[in-house]
Amino acid sequence: MIRYLAKRLGYYVILLIVAVFLAYALSSTALGPRSYFEAKQPRPSAASVDRQLTALNINDRTPVVERFGTWAEGLVLHGDLGRTIHDTSVNEDFGRRIWVSLRLLLVGSLLGMVLGVAVGAWGAVRQYRFSDRATTLASFVLLSTPVFLLALLLKNGAIAAKDAAGHEVVPFTGYETPGLAGGLGAHLSDWGLHLLLPTLSLALGGIAVYSRYQRATMLDVLGSDYLRTAEAKGLTRNRALIKHGLRTAVIPMATMFAYSFLGIFTGAAFTETIFGWHGMGEWFIQAINEQDINSVVAVNLFAAVVVLASGFLADLLTAALDPRVRS
Amino acid sequence: MSPALLEVTDLAVDFGSQPAVRGVDLALRRGETLGIVGESGSGKSVTALAVLGLLPGTAQVRGSVKLEGRELVGLPGRELAGLRGRKVAMVFQDPLSAFTPVYRIGDQIVEAIRIHQKLDKAAARKRAAELLDLVGIPDPARALDAFPHEFSGGMRQRAMIAMAIANDPDILLADEPTTALDVTIQAQVLDVLRTAQRETGAALVLVSHDLGVIAGMADRVAVMYAGRVVETAPVDELFAHPRHPYTLGLIGAVPRLDAEGGPLVPIPGQPPALGSVGPGCPFADRCPLVQDRCRDVEPELTGAGDHLAACVRADELAERRPRPEEVYPVPPLPAADLTPRAEREPVLRVTGLTKTFPVLKGTVFKRRVGSVYAVDGVELDIRRGETLGLVGESGSGKSTTLFELLNLGKPEGGQIELLGQDTAKLDRAGAHRLRGEVQIVFQDPMASLDPRLPIGDVIAEPLLAQGAARELINRRVPELLRQVGLDPAYAARYPHQFSGGQRQRISIARALAVQPRLLVLDEPVSALDVSVQAGVLNLLQQLKAELGLAYLFVSHDLSVIRHLCDRVSVMYLGRTVEAGAAAEVFAQPRHPYTQALLSAVPLPDPPAERARTRVLLPGDPPSPTERRTGCAFRTRCPLYATLDPARQTRCDGESPALEDGVACHHA
Repeated sequence: MIRYLAKRLGYYVILLIVAVFLAYALSSTALGPRSYFEAKQPRPSAASVDRQLTALNINDRTPVVERFGTWAEGLVLHGDLGRTIHDTSVNEDFGRRIWVSLRLLLVGSLLGMVLGVAVGAWGAVRQYRFSDRATTLASFVLLSTPVFLLALLLKNGAIAAKDAAGHEVVPFTGYETPGLAGGLGAHLSDWGLHLLLPTLSLALGGIAVYSRYQRATMLDVLGSDYLRTAEAKGLTRNRALIKHGLRTAVIPMATMFAYSFLGIFTGAAFTETIFGWHGMGEWFIQAINEQDINSVVAVNLFAAVVVLASGFLADLLTAALDPRVRS
Repeated sequence: MSPALLEVTDLAVDFGSQPAVRGVDLALRRGETLGIVGESGSGKSVTALAVLGLLPGTAQVRGSVKLEGRELVGLPGRELAGLRGRKVAMVFQDPLSAFTPVYRIGDQIVEAIRIHQKLDKAAARKRAAELLDLVGIPDPARALDAFPHEFSGGMRQRAMIAMAIANDPDILLADEPTTALDVTIQAQVLDVLRTAQRETGAALVLVSHDLGVIAGMADRVAVMYAGRVVETAPVDELFAHPRHPYTLGLIGAVPRLDAEGGPLVPIPGQPPALGSVGPGCPFADRCPLVQDRCRDVEPELTGAGDHLAACVRADELAERRPRPEEVYPVPPLPAADLTPRAEREPVLRVTGLTKTFPVLKGTVFKRRVGSVYAVDGVELDIRRGETLGLVGESGSGKSTTLFELLNLGKPEGGQIELLGQDTAKLDRAGAHRLRGEVQIVFQDPMASLDPRLPIGDVIAEPLLAQGAARELINRRVPELLRQVGLDPAYAARYPHQFSGGQRQRISIARALAVQPRLLVLDEPVSALDVSVQAGVLNLLQQLKAELGLAYLFVSHDLSVIRHLCDRVSVMYLGRTVEAGAAAEVFAQPRHPYTQALLSAVPLPDPPAERARTRVLLPGDPPSPTERRTGCAFRTRCPLYATLDPARQTRCDGESPALEDGVACHHA
């Protein structure tokens, strides 16, 4: 078992290196920081532009592989992600934004998973009844709503509520109230409130997707012989469903969670921008606009690590849930 | 007569507007075994599930089920759950899927115990180990920690029975408990059921389509047809003097291991769709004794004493006691070809055939870590006009042997000679020509016909492949349909418009289209009900006589082989262990495996079934991935166990070759 997981981990490390190199090569060729410097007023000399580009290790006249080597060396030996196009440290931005994004992503995706499984399983048990049809309809509406529209709708709703109530009902900008006094409890509830709308905008899509798959796997299990056996032993329907049905029906979802994480990450870029969260997603969009290669690569590195880590977690989860995988 | 433990009165189950059970009356007394027998769709399983309230939510149940006087229909789920497992326990058909795959066997049995008994975990575990020991699972303490997928089918069914008797129930409901198992394993499991019943004193309700199993196990039998009980009687009485024409037909339709193969009694037609059952007797359309009054009202289950039948002519049958063939029209079989075997030309000769599959490991780079010795020395010999039955349990290599034959290429080891031609030496054109001479009929009549082709096209396809002219095809298709007993006007219909038996006839017509000389039949009747199976078997016998075909007939059902085949070849773990004329092998089996196999087949004749001696084989067949020295059967061989060490050494060290029709050192 340990050997199996170690092997999987090894694969993931290789995948990570490949992904990061590809991201680096792609952003280095697609983005043009030279034009950013040339557009400065007064226009700097060609030699000065070259010098600045070289200093930042983003000179398009140095071969990509060589630049990647320099970058990777800095990362591996000093944990240095390079400099932004404004000659500030990428690490500094990275360190600040990662917690903002992780908070949003973790809570959003966990909520999406748990509620998605619950809604899907419930829909399966109540197949073709009103509640099943209602959740099915709602999830198809959500599935066809892009994240940015959903986020804007939530935000506008919050603004409308504020206008109607005369004060802010639910916060809809930023991730904390600046300069809030009070103890840890006050801070936590402030964070929670700020998390509410952005998390919803991410989680709703997740709930919609997961619940469809969970409903299908659960329906398979509902007709299974072992569920009937569990009832024939004397378990009540509900206990049999939860203990013998749900556990088996969740197994195929684990892999799905891992790889739909990337979609949530993409969605987070919009959510962060709309709700004024200074996280990874917002940074990514901003960095692309500014032709900031090193920042773009840093965000890509983050995304790759997150996706592969969730893949590894999915392996762990599958192994924990399904004994057949372990042997 | 003691009062009934379980009393079912006028039980009816509908799925939406579709009835599945239409008024069933049953009574079960303490400690007795009630067999419920019927064909697929007769409502026998639904009846069993309805007793425990285990039907899906879409089912509407009416009528009454009384357990010790207490009404179960309409009882709230929680109260019903309190009875399930404690008063009434169930054993299901498919042991592969009846255990939750993610929990250990032990935990599932412990759970069953602790639902109803106030025992701590350790005590329940100890009890679970005792139960596993009782049902004959070796090393029970270790078996507790096994997951279901680590058990073989027979072991799982044993564990299932252990779980069912965990709370000393008053009633055991077994729904086709051995249908998914091989015959030697079936014999073991039936034995375990008897033990379980003896230990708990429980009454047993045994639902089965197999008359042989019912004959050996039941005290009383209820025969179901079209959602109702049509006859019920003590087992001896029912088999000896059936009073319903359906029961009579069923008994005549079953091929028997202890009888030579004349024609079987086919019941014409097929069971009605329950939604369209009219006012009269649902069997009227298939009944040879039908009268006008049968079509007016559905007869009630009536009679004197404990032998009841739902037929207006039951008294007449009780008095006359006819044999099945005296009531049902039996097709005359054309006279068999009496040419001595030596004068017939050989059609197929296989010597020393082997086939191994690699066991691969690794996700990216596959490497071979072992081999499955699927076929490991098969000998076959078929001559013109002969039927060779190939017998073996699952995993014995029957299917692999067939695919190697049909491949028409160079086998991995050994030699295949088809119509005098060595297949290893064929070029592409030669193989193509020879392909028309061997055709196959597959097991599953549902999956082996393309659902999007009208059956006329299905039958024409082999002719097209051989490049036949259009007018020949137009002439052949109606001819073939007529030959297999179907109306030529059906050619434009699609496969889903036919029943299982009809589809199997279509498969046979397709195989015959190119006038092959050898027909390979891979379990052609195992998916069919007995009454339909009889018709197909009769057809096969008739075609053979008319067309001078040779058959290679693969089956796990020894009674069918006995009935149909001239010669028989028995396989164990990829090897031919015994071969010879069917009459000789069945009368005097020489290999200990054949002996055990034959003794495991239940006879549809209660006194004979009770009287005969059984050879129970211990354990399961070993894995075909291991290469063993010596005789592969010795791990389970009853003869080996009785030999003195000196003679055992020979079995250990030397693999017996097939000599004079048997591969055993001491036969």
